[in-house]
Amino acid sequence: MISESQYIELYRECRSMIHQHSAPLMNALRDEAMTDFEAQGFPSQKVERYKYTDVAEAFAPNYGVNLNRVNIPADTAEVFKCDVPNLSTNLLFVVNDKPLTSSTRDGIYIGSLCDFAIQQPDVIKKYYAQLASTKADAINALNTALAQDGLLVFIPRNKCMEKTLQVVNLLRSGVDMLVNRRVLIILEEGAEATLLFCDHAMDQVNFLTTQVCEIFCGNNSHLDMYELEETHTSCRRFSNLYIKVGADCTVSHNNITLFNGETRNTTDVLLTGERSEVTLNGCVVADKNQRVDNNTLIDHQVPHCTSNELFKYVVDDSAVGAFAGRILVRPDAQKTASQETNANLCASPTARVYTQPMLEIYADDVKCSHGSTVGVLDASALFYMQQRGIPIDEARMLLKFAFAGQVIDAIRLEPLRDRLHYLIEKRFRGELNKCTGCALCK
Amino acid sequence: MLEIKNLHAAVVGGKEILKGVDLTIRDGEIHALMGTNGAGKSTLSKVIVGDPSYEVTEGSITFNGADVLSMKTEERAHAGIFMSFQQPIEIPGVSMTNFMRAAVNARRKALGLESLKSTDFLKLMRDKRKLVDIDNKLVNRSVNEGFSGGEKKRNEIFQMAMLEPSFCILDETDSGLDVDALRVVAEGFNKLRKPETSALVITHYQRLLDYIRPDVVHILLDGRIVKTAGPELALQIEEQGFDWIKDEIK
Amino acid sequence: MANEFVKKVAEEKYKFGFTTDVHTEIIDKGLNEDVIRLISSKKGEPDWLLDFRLQAFRYWQTQTQPTWGHLRLPDIDYQAISYYADPTKKKGNAQSKEIDPELMKTFDKLGIPLEERLALSGTAVDAVMDSVSVKTTFKEKLSEKGIIFCSISEAVKNHLNSAVFSDGSFVYIPKNTRCPMELSTYFRINARNTGQFERTLIVCDEGSYVSYLEGCTAPMRDENQLHAAIVEIMVMDNAEVKYSTVQNWYPGDAEGKGGVLNLVTKRGLLKGMNSKLSWTQVETGSAITWKYPSCVLQGDNSQAEFYSVAVTNNFQQADTGTKMIHIGKNTRSTIISKGISAGRSENSYRGLVKVGKKADNARNYSSCDSLLLGSRCGAHTFPYMDVQNNTATMEHEATTSKISEDQLLYCNQRGISTEEAVGLIVNGYAKEVLNKLPMEFAVEAQKLLSVSLEGTVG
Repeated sequence: MISESQYIELYRECRSMIHQHSAPLMNALRDEAMTDFEAQGFPSQKVERYKYTDVAEAFAPNYGVNLNRVNIPADTAEVFKCDVPNLSTNLLFVVNDKPLTSSTRDGIYIGSLCDFAIQQPDVIKKYYAQLASTKADAINALNTALAQDGLLVFIPRNKCMEKTLQVVNLLRSGVDMLVNRRVLIILEEGAEATLLFCDHAMDQVNFLTTQVCEIFCGNNSHLDMYELEETHTSCRRFSNLYIKVGADCTVSHNNITLFNGETRNTTDVLLTGERSEVTLNGCVVADKNQRVDNNTLIDHQVPHCTSNELFKYVVDDSAVGAFAGRILVRPDAQKTASQETNANLCASPTARVYTQPMLEIYADDVKCSHGSTVGVLDASALFYMQQRGIPIDEARMLLKFAFAGQVIDAIRLEPLRDRLHYLIEKRFRGELNKCTGCALCK
Repeated sequence: MLEIKNLHAAVVGGKEILKGVDLTIRDGEIHALMGTNGAGKSTLSKVIVGDPSYEVTEGSITFNGADVLSMKTEERAHAGIFMSFQQPIEIPGVSMTNFMRAAVNARRKALGLESLKSTDFLKLMRDKRKLVDIDNKLVNRSVNEGFSGGEKKRNEIFQMAMLEPSFCILDETDSGLDVDALRVVAEGFNKLRKPETSALVITHYQRLLDYIRPDVVHILLDGRIVKTAGPELALQIEEQGFDWIKDEIK
Repeated sequence: MANEFVKKVAEEKYKFGFTTDVHTEIIDKGLNEDVIRLISSKKGEPDWLLDFRLQAFRYWQTQTQPTWGHLRLPDIDYQAISYYADPTKKKGNAQSKEIDPELMKTFDKLGIPLEERLALSGTAVDAVMDSVSVKTTFKEKLSEKGIIFCSISEAVKNHLNSAVFSDGSFVYIPKNTRCPMELSTYFRINARNTGQFERTLIVCDEGSYVSYLEGCTAPMRDENQLHAAIVEIMVMDNAEVKYSTVQNWYPGDAEGKGGVLNLVTKRGLLKGMNSKLSWTQVETGSAITWKYPSCVLQGDNSQAEFYSVAVTNNFQQADTGTKMIHIGKNTRSTIISKGISAGRSENSYRGLVKVGKKADNARNYSSCDSLLLGSRCGAHTFPYMDVQNNTATMEHEATTSKISEDQLLYCNQRGISTEEAVGLIVNGYAKEVLNKLPMEFAVEAQKLLSVSLEGTVG
């Protein structure tokens, strides 16, 4: 309990400071969340969902926590280079856990969760912490106890966010830092949004981030969401994402890990309304000693929904790639169609790949399948390319690129797709050794 | 000029297939290679271009004086050796454009030339496409993915046009019955051929040779070239099969 | 329409549910070191084996029942079970070599005649009832070839050999010998409140081949019976073992009452170069089946296969699959699993494919299909892959389907009843696995499939 005790003590000692700098709505849940955390401790690797990530080890070092809300400046003019060319976006910077601006336009609120929770607690009371159970997951518990701010995107009924919202999460700190960020995204009935999250680390210190994100998609809403992680090797990210989907929705989520230290993404999708369609895609490029663990659940609770899942990993050097995806079809969720694919390229003798697709089905009139592969580059394709004069290294690169490209090609946001093709190619050429792709971490 | 002397080759870690092949193809000449199933025709072509699944145990291959066997597969391609694959490989996710750009520029680099500018490259693609009459749609797809048999062959000829080789191997061992595919290859080759271009045409049947006239015909049996003669030999094979040659060499 | 058929299947009687009225010596219920000493002394075992049993027991006491299976396993009261039941013991002290005619009749009724003249052609049988091997046939004939096929208790005494194993079979195939007949063991639980804990050891020496079959049945009893067995197989250079199981323990009644708890450990070590091991199982019985016949592919170029059909109906639960541990170079494994769920049953495939650092060019192909008959059953697939070598090629695919109304209509239109059509379709679905069984068993297994599912679909 060494890892746990420092957080338990931190909370005991700083309880009033934490409360003082946050909203009553968020504060109301902290004590219970901490009790839940104490009761569980960090999950061991014997816990099925955390088989491939040693959580206690990640949380063992002593990180600083900005509980007193010291203002950390960020030069956004410099940062602005991160923009995706030809993509017209609303740009929002979040430094650690704090959005730099908040705005309300046409009823759409984008900005600080804490501020909004102070001003209009009734609006988000029925959403906050409703999906991320503090009893079921220790990271949810820790985040709920410690997170003081984060991002709220609120889109009222039948409103459509016309431009893509690009949220640039900047990690900034002079010392090793634990960041607890909370994200709440609410699409009321008939709302539409396209969201792009880019994670960057601006300082060469150790960062540990917990992010708990809850997304509510009301009936007939449409969400297209992308998360792109491009940090550095001393960054650890623990992200728990919950998406509750109503009826007649289309939801697509893409999780792209391009550069990182250690990443654990939990993504749970709860299908609670009929005729909805969910796409969950992911692409991982890992080398050196990087670790990426994606753990997903698609929970078909009602009939007539469709889900598609595609995760592709290219794992090189001594990196570790893990994927576990569970498709649950509950009793009576008839006419469910679900397909899950995980494909891995294990590119070095010291790299390690775990893959664990799961089908758990309690209804008979369903079409479900999953497949997973671990493989090497196609020797006959390599030979064919060499015969056309393409050097072997170049041929390998083209094949790796094509392999990962399947996920990128599915991105609906064309400028982002082009940008990612460019970044991934650079990544495979070894030209993207740290977060240089966005000119941030020079 | 391609010169093969006493070539022995085997499947890596497996049995010997070529048991001493001698063959000389001068510039501008077209040679046909015929033989029974399993005689080693495709093996010979793969050894010339450097398929890593075969190993050469004895003998030599030179091309315009250079030692081919010491060259990597791609270096042989840069030197001007092109093989039209019997079954072209599908490469999902790699677009024809990226594939050809990589191939053309690698060759230019080997020849000490600058990489083509994007606009110049696309113009080259367009010109060659017209030359070999290949559909624009095919060029915009992944390499050979979902192509029909005939489309794949057309794509091989298109690549031949892009890379301008001086020696071509046309491996059509088993596609003898697909007349359309044969015609695509033969007509394409004839159109692209320059006076100094030489070729090795591998086939089971005389039919392909109706379109490409060989100067010399070789019969390969059990890993050796057992008979060499003019074009009339191919006609004789078509009528009488291979048995009489087997008897002759006994 | 489908539901009616499901109901019909669920009502099908278990035809091996009779009991044998024979005097059986049963030791007192309960498990402690004295019980283990008693079993060991009844078997006349050497001291080292008793020590091995006691050591295993002490280790077992430190462990808890694992919970990771997708099963609702009842808490097993290990003290409420008798660990030794011997149906061959006569009343009084009279020792006789004669087998009680009742026992002979029992096995006849099961279709396993113990008299050699009546035996299925080319099959040698070791018949085990409760804790004791009743008879082993063709022993002498096999020994001419140097093949040892006997009860494991006998093996311990005469040739070489977990805490309470009571009996089982021992097979040794000497070098370069192709075993001329199918060897089979027939397991039967008869006595009340007992558990069966047999142990099978097969050693196939260099260049040899053996095909081994295992069949299981038990009478219908209201309480759960426990069957916890171990099978170990060792395959040396260039040797090949085929191990087939047709498991038809009593599955419990339509309400989920009674039935055998079938918790089995099966392991194979492909120790030699070019060795081959193939597990084929048809699992139709038992209230709960929890087993993962596994293969350790240690020898270079070794090949392992796992073919499985698991049928669950009513309240049956199965969590079964395999482990393929690739250690040697150029090793290959194939997994074909077909799950068929009906009634309110739960049927899970769980498997691990692991490729070690040195297992260059390892190949695995896994295909796990589930067929759901009815809307109240569950079909689950939990494959795990752990790859530590970059030359490995692994492929896994799984699908879930049901018998379509169109297929049934098509059959009906051709004059085939729905029930018969389901039998046909299920058999077709399982064919890939059934084809792997030796001929006599394949026919038996096909019948079994149809019977287990009778009244299932509609």
